[in-house]
Amino acid sequence: MLNVFKGKPKYMTVKPEIGKQKEFPENLWTRCDGCGKVIYNKELDKSGYLCPECGYHFRVGSAQRLAMLVDKGSFVPFSPLVASNPLDFPGYEDKVIKAKEKTGLDDAALVGKAAIDGRECILAILDFSFMGGSMGSVVGEQLTRAFERATAERLPVVVFSGGGGGARMQEGIFSLMQMAKTAQAVGKHSRAGLLFISVLTHPTMGGVYASFASLGDIILAEPGALIGFAGPRIVEETTRQKLPSGFQTAEYALEHGMLDAIVPRPQMAQYVSRLLAWHR
Amino acid sequence: MQAFEWEKPVVDLEERIRELKQYCAQAQMDFSEEIESLERKASALRREIYENLTPFQRVLMARHPKRPTTLDYIGLLFDDFVELHGDRTYRDDGAIVGGIALFEGQPVTVIGPQKGRDTKENIARNFGLPHPEGYRKALRLMKQAEKFGRPIITLIDVVGAYPGIEAEERGQGLMIAQCVEEMSFLRTPILSVITGEGGSGGALALGVADRILMLENAWYSVISPEMCATILWRDSSRAAEAAELLRLTPMDLLKFGIIDDVITEPLGGAHRDHEFTSRQIRSFIKRYLAVIRRMDVNQLVEERLARFRRIGRFHDKSSQSLL
Ligand SMILES: [Zn+2]
Repeated sequence: MLNVFKGKPKYMTVKPEIGKQKEFPENLWTRCDGCGKVIYNKELDKSGYLCPECGYHFRVGSAQRLAMLVDKGSFVPFSPLVASNPLDFPGYEDKVIKAKEKTGLDDAALVGKAAIDGRECILAILDFSFMGGSMGSVVGEQLTRAFERATAERLPVVVFSGGGGGARMQEGIFSLMQMAKTAQAVGKHSRAGLLFISVLTHPTMGGVYASFASLGDIILAEPGALIGFAGPRIVEETTRQKLPSGFQTAEYALEHGMLDAIVPRPQMAQYVSRLLAWHR
Repeated sequence: MQAFEWEKPVVDLEERIRELKQYCAQAQMDFSEEIESLERKASALRREIYENLTPFQRVLMARHPKRPTTLDYIGLLFDDFVELHGDRTYRDDGAIVGGIALFEGQPVTVIGPQKGRDTKENIARNFGLPHPEGYRKALRLMKQAEKFGRPIITLIDVVGAYPGIEAEERGQGLMIAQCVEEMSFLRTPILSVITGEGGSGGALALGVADRILMLENAWYSVISPEMCATILWRDSSRAAEAAELLRLTPMDLLKFGIIDDVITEPLGGAHRDHEFTSRQIRSFIKRYLAVIRRMDVNQLVEERLARFRRIGRFHDKSSQSLL
């Protein structure tokens, strides 16, 4: 092989990663997607859903995330909203009902006021287990209210776009317009001189990434998170090119200048709290 | 002219009339009564076909290869145009064009995605699919317009964001978000016309406007019908069904309060008569631009933000439980 090619990245086929990271299952043990090691669930629970062998970050639900992040008992949720079916999209109501039953959540966004290490903020966490963490009218409205409330009370906002699967297709144009609505709420908050820390966790894609999640003063990500606008499968199908190794991972995004830092889960709360402290 | 399957009857009939007219002229015979009757029939057939288009037929009309492109419209809508290139950072993205134009004697900034008119042009312009630098150029020109108090007119025709490796590497998600956010607060009037395809984030990045108009055979949605069909049924050939579900026609969007007006096209679509279509667009732009130009700029931005703030349909859980 010519020397010229030696510096080139190795190419590999990346299968779509969305849905690959498993929910924390009910049974006794789980096989790690990172290294294949079999891990006792009790051990996973203690480690913050990290593989003790390779550090692979298992996806966590919004309730688990909340528990590992905020001061105990500090979280006061906003009043809940539930989805309607603006396009009369067939099967959408059923999907929402099933997602509610499965997760116990009202929709994909958990939003409220919280304290991290004694520092007040408005916190929003997207939950992948509710229809892929996709943004419809409810998620858009909740995020908008989060930034409005924070602007009114002069508080910082922390958003975990964990599982921002993108737009809620079943809400069509209403879903698209939530991108503008949330971006504008971020804009008002930002223009009031207030801090927004955006944390991207696996996966943050599509309309979530191309709106509020991208507009943080500081953008962090968890290791290995898939971050991008178009999904890897569609990129591969459209371009008919092999995707570069690590394409659209947090590490890749950091290398390309799209992130401020990658923060492993065990350090996240402290990392965020330190940034909050410096923006009093 | 390329005809769609559903318009074959009317296209065939028009062809027959043309032939008959030609024959009359050559043979110096008078078939005027027959021609008149055929023309009546053709006109009835046109109305029957084109006034009852399905959503997916409109999507296909929006993609007609002879449909005017952004540069065609720029040539027809404005008295003069100076194209301005480049994002000042990486390169000039030919998939978005922009510059300063004269509209009714007044300078405006005009920006829009540019599809190619043939295969060669399409390759050069990446089928009108912008890279991040295209959005960055658009944003640069919009800020320039704000600085000089020029109104912004965006002409939108883009199937969606570009699912390409480089577009992702250079952060198209970030650039779309930035365009949307910054456009929202620009202190100058903004008018958008969706002339063809209004596909997802690619369209929204240029569509945060004070007034949003849409051609009759244009579509605007969060996802293309093909992608929607692929997600729903793993079968992009069922795009016509998906187009029904997505409620992406201008009539739907007007009802939803997403757009302000629908610009009628000549029967059979914009591609049949570029000049007529442009005259239509011109009169709509004139009317709506006059309104937003007169507004105080603080009020303008406030109303722009309020317009998008209102959008969303959901139930309040606490009030719902009372029902
Ligand atoms: Zn592992």
